Amino acid sequence: MRVLIVEDDPILADGLTVGLKLHGISAEVVGSCADGRHALAAGSFDAIVLDIMLPDGSGLDLVDSLRTEGERRPILLLTALDDTRDRIAGLDRGADDYLGKPFDLDELAARLRAIARRGEGRAAATIAVAGLVLDPASHEVAQDGVRLDVTRREFAILRALAERPGTIRSRAELEERLYGWQEDVESNAIEVHIHNLRQKLGRERIETVRGVGYRLRGAP
Amino acid sequence: MTSLRARLFLILVATTGVIWLAATIWIYLGTKRELEHVLDTRLQEAARMVSSLVRDDGGATGDAIAAAPSANAGGYARQLSCQIWSLGGRLVASSGTAPAERLTEAREGFSDSVVNGETWRVYAIEDEAKGVRVLVGDRLGLRERLVQDLVSGLVVPILLILPLFAGLIWLSIGRGLGPLKQIAADLKGRAPDDLAPVRAEAIDEIRPVTDALNGLFRRLGAAWRHEREITAFAAHELRTPLAGIRTQAQVARAATEPAMRLSALDQIIAGVDRTGRLVSQLLALARLDAGLAEPTAGRVLVGPLLREIDRERLRKDLIVEIDPELDAFAITGASDILRLALRNLHENACGYSPQGGCVRWRRISQRTIAVEDQGPGIPPDELSLVTQRFYRGRGHIQNGSGLGLAIAEAALAHIGGGKVALENNVGGGLRATVSVPVAPGEPGPDDREPIGDRHRGAGP
Repeated sequence: MRVLIVEDDPILADGLTVGLKLHGISAEVVGSCADGRHALAAGSFDAIVLDIMLPDGSGLDLVDSLRTEGERRPILLLTALDDTRDRIAGLDRGADDYLGKPFDLDELAARLRAIARRGEGRAAATIAVAGLVLDPASHEVAQDGVRLDVTRREFAILRALAERPGTIRSRAELEERLYGWQEDVESNAIEVHIHNLRQKLGRERIETVRGVGYRLRGAP
Repeated sequence: MTSLRARLFLILVATTGVIWLAATIWIYLGTKRELEHVLDTRLQEAARMVSSLVRDDGGATGDAIAAAPSANAGGYARQLSCQIWSLGGRLVASSGTAPAERLTEAREGFSDSVVNGETWRVYAIEDEAKGVRVLVGDRLGLRERLVQDLVSGLVVPILLILPLFAGLIWLSIGRGLGPLKQIAADLKGRAPDDLAPVRAEAIDEIRPVTDALNGLFRRLGAAWRHEREITAFAAHELRTPLAGIRTQAQVARAATEPAMRLSALDQIIAGVDRTGRLVSQLLALARLDAGLAEPTAGRVLVGPLLREIDRERLRKDLIVEIDPELDAFAITGASDILRLALRNLHENACGYSPQGGCVRWRRISQRTIAVEDQGPGIPPDELSLVTQRFYRGRGHIQNGSGLGLAIAEAALAHIGGGKVALENNVGGGLRATVSVPVAPGEPGPDDREPIGDRHRGAGP
C-alpha cells in the first residue's frame, strides 16, 4: 500500500515515512499543496494524508479542488485544530477521515488501511482470492488455511496482484508498489520476488503474460 | 454615600424641607406684621370709640367701657383692656380685665409698656375738652399666641404630609432610576463571555454610560477574539511538533534496527528542542502582549548587545559582521525587550543564510540600523505577511516557528514606537531595517535621512 503524505513539519514527516513503513505502508512525503498536486499527477497512491495548515494554503482547499477535479482516492486529514467545526468542514468538503494531532501511529495506519480498502470497494479487512487470504494489517498470507511466510516486499507484490484477480499487473505498476521500500529498485527485483512467491505459493499461481506483466490465477 | 437613590432622596427631601421652612418663616413674619397692623387699628378704633362716648363731665364712662369691643372670639376672650384717666391722674373708669396700674405713661399714640410683668400694647388718646385720657391696650403675649396658632395651623399639616411626601419621592426616584436597574439586571445575569451590547431605553442621561459600556464590550470582544485566535494558533503550532515527537517515539519503540531507533531518537530530541523554543517564544510574546516586560528604561549600546546575542549562535559556518559604529549606537529602552527584538532578527537572518553565508549588522543613520543576510529573501507578495504571528512563508526554514519577526515587531513597538521594515536586497538576501525612537532630550534625527524619519507618528 502506498500513500502520499502532504505535511510540512520535517520531524513529523520523517516519523510518518519511517513509521508507516513499519506498518507495511510506503509513503512519499511532500511539504506543500503545490508539490502534493505534482506528486498526485505523477505517481499512483492508494490514499492521501493531508495536513490542513500548509505553507502555501489550506489542506481543506486542496481537498475541495481535488474532489472538484474528480480525484477519487481516499483522503485522510491531519488536523491540529481542535474545533469540531473544522473537522466537520473537512469531512463535508470531501475528506474521508480525519485524525487530530498528536495521534497514534498505529491508529493512523489502521485508518489508512480502512479508507484504502473502502476506496478499493472492499469491506472485509482481509483480501480473499481463490483460496488465498491476505491480511493487510498483519501482512500474513494463508493459502487453503495454511500460513505462508512472506517478506513485506513479497506481500506488497502479492497484494497488488490479489486486489484485482484476473487482471494483469505491469512490471512498472509492481515496481511502484516497491518504491519507498528500498531506495532504488533493482532492475530484476520484481523477477526475484515473483520467483520467491511462486516457490511459496506454487508455480502456477502467478502467470507471466509475456511482454505485459503478471496475473494471479485461481487455485488449480 | 453609595446609593444614588438615597442620595437623590436626601437632596430632594432636604431641599423641599428648606423651601417649606422658608415659606413658613415668611408666612409667620408676614402674618405677624399684618396682624399687628390690624390689632393696632383695632386698639386705635376702640380708644376713639370710648373717647367719643365719654361725656363732657366725664360721666357715662361705664357705658363707654362696656361699648369697647371685647373681641371674645375663640380663646382670645377679654383681649382688650380699657382705662379712662382724668388729666389730673385719677382713674375714672376701667374695664374688668384692665390691671389696677396705669397702662402707660405715654400721653398720646401707641406705646409698649410692662405692667405687672406683662407686656402691653397700648393706644392712648387725650381729650382736653373732656379732661380725660383714654388708654386701650392688649397683651402682647396674646398677640403672639394668635400668630403662633395661625402658623401652627399651617405647619402641622405640612409635618403630617411630609412622610407621605417623602414616600412619594422615594417611589418616584426608584421609578426614575428604572433604566439603571434594567442595565444592572442585564449585566448581572450575563455569562462571562456574553459581550452583547447593553440594551436600555434611549434616555439621554444614561446613553453616555451605555455607549461607553458597549464601546468597552466591543474592544474587549476584539481583544478576546484576537486572544482566541492566538491560542488556537499556538495550540496548532504546538500540536504539530508534539505529533512529530509522538510518531518518532512510536517509531523508536517499534524499530527493528538500531540505526532506525537512533535516528528516531535524534528526531525526538530535535522536536523537543524546537517545541521548547516555540514555547519560550510564545511566552515572550505573551509577556509583551500583557505589558509585563521589564518597564525600566536605560541606554543600551547595540554593538556589545549584538555580540552578546551572537555568542549563542548555533551555526558556526556563518560569518557575522557587526559594524564598529554600532558600538556607540545607543538605544533607549528596556534592555530585555531590545535584546528580544534584535535576537529574533539575528536568528532569522542566520536561519535563512546559506552555508558559509554572511550576516551583516550595519548602522544606516542616526536612528536606523539594519541586518542583511544572503538568504533567499522573501517573495514580494509575502513581505507584508511575514510579521503576522505564525505566518511561515513558502520557503520557511525547517525550525522556524513563524513567530520571530512578529516578536521583533512587537518588541520594537514596545520600546516607544520602534519599527522594523523588511525589503529584499537588490543583490539577493533580506534586509531588515530597524528604526528606533528618539529618546527625550536627544537631538532629533537628521531630516535628510528618509529611513530615520519613520518613527515619527509611527506606532501600532
